[in-house]
Amino acid sequence: MSLDRSDVERIAHLARLQIDENDIPAYTENLSSILNLVDQMQQADTENVAPLANPLDAVQRLRADDVTETDQREQLQSVAPAVEEGLFLVPKVIE
Amino acid sequence: MEWEVVIGLEIHVQLSTKTKIFSGASTAFGAAPNTQACAVDLALPGTLPVFNENALRMAVMFGLAVNAEIGKRSVFERKNYFYPDLPKGYQTTQLAEPIVGPGFVDIETDDGVQRRVRIHHAHLEEDAGKSLHEDFHGMSGIDLNRAGTPLIEIVSEPDMRSAKEAAAYARKIHAIVTTLGICDGNMAEGSMRCDCNVSVRPKGEEKLGTRTELKNINSFRFIERAIDSEVARQIDLIEDGGSVVQETRLYDPERNETRSMRSKEDANDYRYFPCPDLLPVVIDDSYIEAIRTTLPELPDARRDRFMNEYSLSEYDAGVLSAYRPQADYYEQVAGACGDAKLAANWVMGELAKYLNQHDTDITQSPVSAAQLGGLLLRIKDNTISGNIAKKVFELMWSEGGSADEIIEAQGLKQVTDTGEIEKIVDEVIARSDKQVEQYKAAEPEKRGKMLGFFMGQVMKATGGKANPGAVNGILKQKLDALCD
Repeated sequence: MSLDRSDVERIAHLARLQIDENDIPAYTENLSSILNLVDQMQQADTENVAPLANPLDAVQRLRADDVTETDQREQLQSVAPAVEEGLFLVPKVIE
Repeated sequence: MEWEVVIGLEIHVQLSTKTKIFSGASTAFGAAPNTQACAVDLALPGTLPVFNENALRMAVMFGLAVNAEIGKRSVFERKNYFYPDLPKGYQTTQLAEPIVGPGFVDIETDDGVQRRVRIHHAHLEEDAGKSLHEDFHGMSGIDLNRAGTPLIEIVSEPDMRSAKEAAAYARKIHAIVTTLGICDGNMAEGSMRCDCNVSVRPKGEEKLGTRTELKNINSFRFIERAIDSEVARQIDLIEDGGSVVQETRLYDPERNETRSMRSKEDANDYRYFPCPDLLPVVIDDSYIEAIRTTLPELPDARRDRFMNEYSLSEYDAGVLSAYRPQADYYEQVAGACGDAKLAANWVMGELAKYLNQHDTDITQSPVSAAQLGGLLLRIKDNTISGNIAKKVFELMWSEGGSADEIIEAQGLKQVTDTGEIEKIVDEVIARSDKQVEQYKAAEPEKRGKMLGFFMGQVMKATGGKANPGAVNGILKQKLDALCD
């Protein structure tokens, strides 16, 4: 499977990545070759193989429902670019 | 052409755990913004989720309550999309292997339709934060307190055939989750939110029509109205030669119409995959069976018991059992006064009216079940009439106190003393010449109706305290004596 320029632009948009125009041909080639590898893997016979959720042969541990986290807003927000009235501010996400 | 409506619901229920599904931050409602959002909820680098056992237990309780298969192995997956109130860039949810498999609930609408609605599955997932779009100099404000609150999303099959059925199903789910105590059921605070998938097809047609999804409806009344308006829109559209487009629509309660939010073309590709940070959740039969023994009496069972034990109508029993605090309250009142029917009338009548008017939940009622039971006892033993009881109830609501204290303080005790009533009846007759003449002139079989005037006068004279049965008997006897 090979991608074209518009596929790469759409993937970049979905991933919210800004990419350099000049790099698009290289990305297109790299991503296409990854997909070709996937195609190759798809040809493996998985008829009798159960889907694998996790490569580790272990099960999830559970946590008791107790509050262990205290308010650390001040510290956590000290790295935020913009804060007001305790809220994180981000570019407007609605028209 | 006759159309058939096809509805399926996706209901999000916030679980009432103390902490988040994957972190130890509190989930209490109403805290100052971002004071309950820890490093895990903020998706800071290096943090890892740890699954809350209580969320698992509550999801299993729900599954058992809707007769479902419980997934002994369930897997968390990542649903990827970008939105600022979702800091990780994906929602941790379940897809291929959910905790609750196929089940069902039985519903009945108020116009008597009964139906079994199949549940496709229910899965565990995390809630997102909240975005506030006003007044931040063109920016949006993000509060992540809600991020990571545990949810179960309950997905029904498209088994409902009217807006009423959809609302009845949502009410039934609400009754179940509140009875189980796994959700506070507060729809205004978003504890239960509903997406409705709606389509229409010509009656008799097998193939489903194209559906639209109505998002985030947070009241039973709006579920009904939103679906009705969407159904009308779809039928008009098709009958005018158009076709329905698969899309997400928002219901606007002010205008009672739905409008397009996004079409399928802009729909996200969520790129689900198993979350590598979480291992498969595995539970065994003994875990499930231990939970089964903790299940409370469920709404359907309680309704049936109310019908058998208290001889209530199916409707009354259904209403009273739908909300556990109300059902508990009712049983206390019935026990205190010993009259199940009277208790039902008062809990669904006067009490419900006051709760509604004051927008108060029954758990916050200023009149306790013991107080109301005490009041009803005084109706039962003829200390007061039903009308006076309403007056006592009003005082009880606004000022507190027991029925006996209020009756005593206000001098509301019913007059049953025949001598006293006779005296008042004599006075009324003596000053009502005109009405007495009319009574005498009337045909005997019409006289009964004419008693009303005298009855009213006697009640007025006694401030409503005379025993109506006694007054009626004495009046009739004295007036008829005048006719001979």
